[in-house]
Order: sequence, then C-alpha cells, then structure tokens
Amino acid sequence: MSTTPPSTTATAPAGTPETGTARVKRGMAEQLKGGVIMDVVTPEQAKIAEDAGAVAVMALERVPADIRKDGGVARMSDPDMIDGIINAVSIPVMAKSRIGHFVEAQVLQALGVDYIDESEVLTPADEVNHSDKWAFTTPFVCGATNLGEALRRIAEGAAMIRSKGEAGTGNVVEAVRHLRQIKADIARLRGLDNHELYAAAKNLQAPYELVKEVATLGKLPVVLFSAGGVATPADAALMMQLGAEGVFVGSGIFKSGDPAQRAAAIVKATTFYDDPKVIADVSRGLGEAMVGINCDTLPESERYANRGW
Amino acid sequence: MPSTPTVGVLALQGDVREHTAALQAAGAQVRPVRRPEELDGVDGLVIPGGESTTMSKLAVAFGLLEPLRARIRAGLPAYGSCAGMIMLADKILDGRDDQETIGGIDMTVRRNAFGRQNESFEAAVEIAGIEGGPCEGVFIRAPWVESVGAGVEVLARLQDETIVAVRQGNLLATSFHPELTGDHRVHGLFADMVRRTL
Repeated sequence: MSTTPPSTTATAPAGTPETGTARVKRGMAEQLKGGVIMDVVTPEQAKIAEDAGAVAVMALERVPADIRKDGGVARMSDPDMIDGIINAVSIPVMAKSRIGHFVEAQVLQALGVDYIDESEVLTPADEVNHSDKWAFTTPFVCGATNLGEALRRIAEGAAMIRSKGEAGTGNVVEAVRHLRQIKADIARLRGLDNHELYAAAKNLQAPYELVKEVATLGKLPVVLFSAGGVATPADAALMMQLGAEGVFVGSGIFKSGDPAQRAAAIVKATTFYDDPKVIADVSRGLGEAMVGINCDTLPESERYANRGW
Repeated sequence: MPSTPTVGVLALQGDVREHTAALQAAGAQVRPVRRPEELDGVDGLVIPGGESTTMSKLAVAFGLLEPLRARIRAGLPAYGSCAGMIMLADKILDGRDDQETIGGIDMTVRRNAFGRQNESFEAAVEIAGIEGGPCEGVFIRAPWVESVGAGVEVLARLQDETIVAVRQGNLLATSFHPELTGDHRVHGLFADMVRRTL
C-alpha cells in the first residue's frame, strides 16, 4: 500500500521526515511574502512588532542607525538577548551573523533562530569568503546590490535575498537603486538567447545553471525582499511596487516618534501597496519619522552596501 | 472539465502566488481577495500559507473577518494550508491571546506544533480521496490538528498518527503546503469540491 518514491526525489520515504531541505528553507521565505520583518533589540520591541502584525522579527544588539553612530566592531547578538526575544513572541525570529563568520552562524542555529541573516550591517569577519550556507539546517538570507551578487549568495546556499539598500540611514534611495538593478539585470537576461547566457554568466560572475534558471523563470529562484532605508509606509509601498516581495524595516520603526503606530502602518501599506488611499490613511498622525542621513554625504568607508563580494 | 469556477485567494499576506498557480493548473479562474467586496462572485476561497497572526490582524483591520465568516457559514467552499488551516479552525492553541480565526471546521489546531524552522520537514503523505500515491508534504513551522469534532473527516495522518489533513463539508485544510511542490492534486480535489457547489 505504501508506495515509496525513488530515493532520487527530494522526498523521504513515507513517514521519514527530512529537515533542512532546500524546499523547506526556501519555502519558509515564501510564507513571509507580502509581510514586514522588523529589527528589534529587546523582547519589548519584539512584542510591539508582533502586535503590529510583523511576519517576523530580526533580533540584533543595536539597530543599524546606532551601529553607525557608535562605531566599533558590530557582532552577533548576545545569546541571552536572542533567547529573550524568542521567548517573547510566537512569530519567526531571525538574527544576524557577520559575513564569513560561520561560527556565529553555528551559534545562531544552535539557539534555534528561524533564519540567519549573513549581514553587511555587521562588521565582516572574512573579506573574501561568505559562509557555506548549505552546511546549515537553518536557512539564510543575504543582501545583494545586483543580480550577480544575489546569485553568488544563492550558489553558497542562501534561501532568500534582500536588496541591501543602505541600512541605518532612513533614506530609501539605495534600496531603490539596488532593487532596480536586480530587476534590470533579470530583465536583461530574459532577452538573451542560449548562446549569450554563457557570457552573461561570466560577466555576472555567477554559476551558469543559476543564470539559466533566472532567464527561464524571469525571477530569482528564491524570494526577494527589500531592505536598507525604509522609514515610512510610502517607502514600503514604493519597494513593493518596484517588485519587492516584502520588506525589512530596520531603524525606521524604533528610531521614530511612535514605533507601535508606525509599525502597524507599514504593515498595512505593504499589503495595500498599490492602493494610495490606504497608504494615505495609514500615513496620518504617525509623528516624527527617523531623521535620516543623505547617502551622498556618506564616505565610501561607511557604506555597508560595499561589504560582501 | 464541465465548468471553470472562480476561486479567490486571500491575499493579505503569504504564498498567494503559489496557490494562484496551483489553482490555475487545476482549472480554476483565480482572483486575489483583500477587501470585503472582492468576495462577491467567488465560488470558493483559498487561505494561503503565511503568518496567521499577521493575516488575522489585517483581516480585522480591513473589515474582512465578519464577511469571511458569513460567507463560510453560508457554505462557501474554502481550503487552507498551514496558516490557512489555523484560520479555518474553530479553536487554536499556542496562538496570540487576541488572535481571531475565521473558523468553520470543528477542530482544535496547535500553532507551530512541530517546532521552529529547524524542525521544519518534508515527508510523504497519503491523503484519502487522492489517487496516484502519496503527496510530498512540505511542513514549515507547521500546525497540527490536536482534536476533531464528530463531523470532521480525517484525510491524512503522519506515521505517528498526527492529523495533518481534514475535511468538513465544503471546508478542507492541510498542515502542509501542496502549493510549494508542483503536485496539484490537492488543489484539484478542492476545485472539484467547488465545482460540485455550482
């Protein structure tokens, strides 16, 4: 009666559960689509985010705006703080490791976080190599500024991509630049024939198989969110209209005047991203947005988007 | 197929695109539902996978919850996967205190019952009424059905007897995500349930 699929398929024999498969990792990100993932630094903030309708929270020690202000080396968060946030909410909890710091990632996996963000917002631990993300059961999200970078991360095992933007600035300009770049790169691949895809793979510095897959699908093989500079409901809706499948909001919420209300407004604007009336309604009476930084006055060395290779 | 039903997909948040594609492959016309008036004229409704607390909040905030309850009470066929199963449950465990469900299936569902993402898994699932061998079950921070009332038919269990698919009248729910697999038999079953009401 039990017909066992051949062992070459992705599915285990009936009843034998298989964890950490690519489908389970990428599928988790599919469940977050249309949602907002919020940076939080305390269990109390995590509760506010969950109350506002966040689909997940990103647990970190300092929001990017404070990392910018304080300087120094930014590292993985204290395990006690991550435990506190995991215990405070029932929605998924993500946490950041430094680029190439696979031991921080191992620790985050052991703590039971639901997603690891190998993030340029923290100080890189390796200026050549990113972590081998296939080696983990916990899925990874990584930042990208263009298609080649996104595909290199996917080749390393990333199960979700976010456009980088410029975290901690409250300025959406870089988020727009990077998302438009990724979309334009994909659109360009769609116009190439089979002969040209090999050279395209060389130019993108990405594996041919992934380049071919993107050319066929017309999208990344994993979910694409936007991040880095979203501060208002209209910012979130802008990223959604530009083709993001969801948004990360970092400093924009808890560096604003009324975090609870702003968080709820950004959630609503993300769902009704194409309805300016809803966006107008939720944008009323939110108080002060975070002050923000003009990205063209940021020195190159302070641009997080340049981190990652 | 005799008719093309129009099926709405609740599009507040979640894997709407995958359900849309699976329903289209099963011969349905699909439209997203985010506002009460968008429920008019749908013959069936799919509640996708996603974050159930987010969906619940948005359904309340945009005045969708009561119209959804009314349509389902009046017999609208509905299918929910994962978060959608939670939304169709009369009772939930491990939800938020203020978490509202649409309800309709006389069952108690435990949220995130299998554990966190590291415990998410794939396993083959035999589903009563679906021919052609087991379906690939993708379970992501999935809920399970803790208990069912007398009128609920259990369609699938894991080897340890955990209930992972149920049907009550025109309502269908799975803990897992057939929409992520490219196997459209569960959506085919639901499309047939919708057709029978036309």
